[in-house]
Amino acid sequence: MNQSYESLNPMHMDVLREIGNIGAGNAATSLSMMLGMPVDMTLPKVNLVDFNDVAEAVGGPENMIYGVLLGLEGDVDGMIMFLLDKNFAHMVVNILMGGTYENFEAMDEMALSAIKEVGNILSGAYANSIAELTGLFINLTTPSVSIDMAGALLSVPIIKFGAVGDKVLFIEENFKSDAESVMSHMILFAEVESLNLILGKLGLL
Amino acid sequence: MSQLVVGISDLKVALPPDTLITYALGSCVGICLLDPAVHVSGLSHIMLPDSKMSPNDRNVMKFADSAIPELLRQMEMKGANRSRIKAKIAGGAQMFELAGGNNPNNTTWQIGQRNVAAVEACLRALRIPIVAKDVLLNFGRTVSFDAVTGIMTVKALNKSVKEL
Repeated sequence: MNQSYESLNPMHMDVLREIGNIGAGNAATSLSMMLGMPVDMTLPKVNLVDFNDVAEAVGGPENMIYGVLLGLEGDVDGMIMFLLDKNFAHMVVNILMGGTYENFEAMDEMALSAIKEVGNILSGAYANSIAELTGLFINLTTPSVSIDMAGALLSVPIIKFGAVGDKVLFIEENFKSDAESVMSHMILFAEVESLNLILGKLGLL
Repeated sequence: MSQLVVGISDLKVALPPDTLITYALGSCVGICLLDPAVHVSGLSHIMLPDSKMSPNDRNVMKFADSAIPELLRQMEMKGANRSRIKAKIAGGAQMFELAGGNNPNNTTWQIGQRNVAAVEACLRALRIPIVAKDVLLNFGRTVSFDAVTGIMTVKALNKSVKEL
């Protein structure tokens, strides 16, 4: 059993990367269907980094970004955060709602709830694939959306999963649309005990 | 002069002309302390309220109850006198609305509020007065602190800059 994120070995990391690959692959397929356009996914990364380096993955602490946060409950304790660069968010809203939002100021409650729903569907696809793979029961909390500095949004999972030690582990993928060069990030955080449970179900512990 | 960057779970002491900054406080709290007589300033960026909740964690800078005494100790080593020190605090926001209703037991979502309460209680116990604050609500803040003027500057997205 791993006592902390630091004690995960390279094989564990590979398995977590593969879980991210499958989960985010399903999420990317859902996104592609919703948008009616191809969505490219980068290779997933398993990051074990200092608190201060988490926001670097998404453009630095003060970068303005849209975030949808969902909690994972049931057999596992985790969070999924879907972060969208503002251009990606505007593209998504314009495709889903018919081309009326051009800038940040124009984003209203309707637009934000569309983004929240996209985050909900993608996170559901991600979490379901982990549940199917492991046989674990995973429930998602109601999504919540916010637009703010990346560092401030990420402080929520960092506080929750950084209670012990100076590093936090997360699995990250980027989704890219070729049509416009826009980017979004899907990030999974989980407690060490939950990672142990997942690895155990896959016969690795 | 240089601007010293205080990270997450970090604290630093600065003397003029150096200033202090910490980026993108969400639910974390930034504590600015100043002894105006000798211009010794300090900034702490805490993540959690109580070190007793994580007995195996040795990073005193992470928790309100252990970071503030450590910052005071380091400021006193640079010539500050505790009886003159005053505090300004910022942060402790709730970045996402409560999921699944207002469940008071759901401590994850209310950590900002708990952090602010812990910082205020700790400063009160140490008899350090809080002379300005910009806390709670629902937005991120970048905080800088100048030991010469004693001004704490709070920047947030799409809001005017506050000088406190």
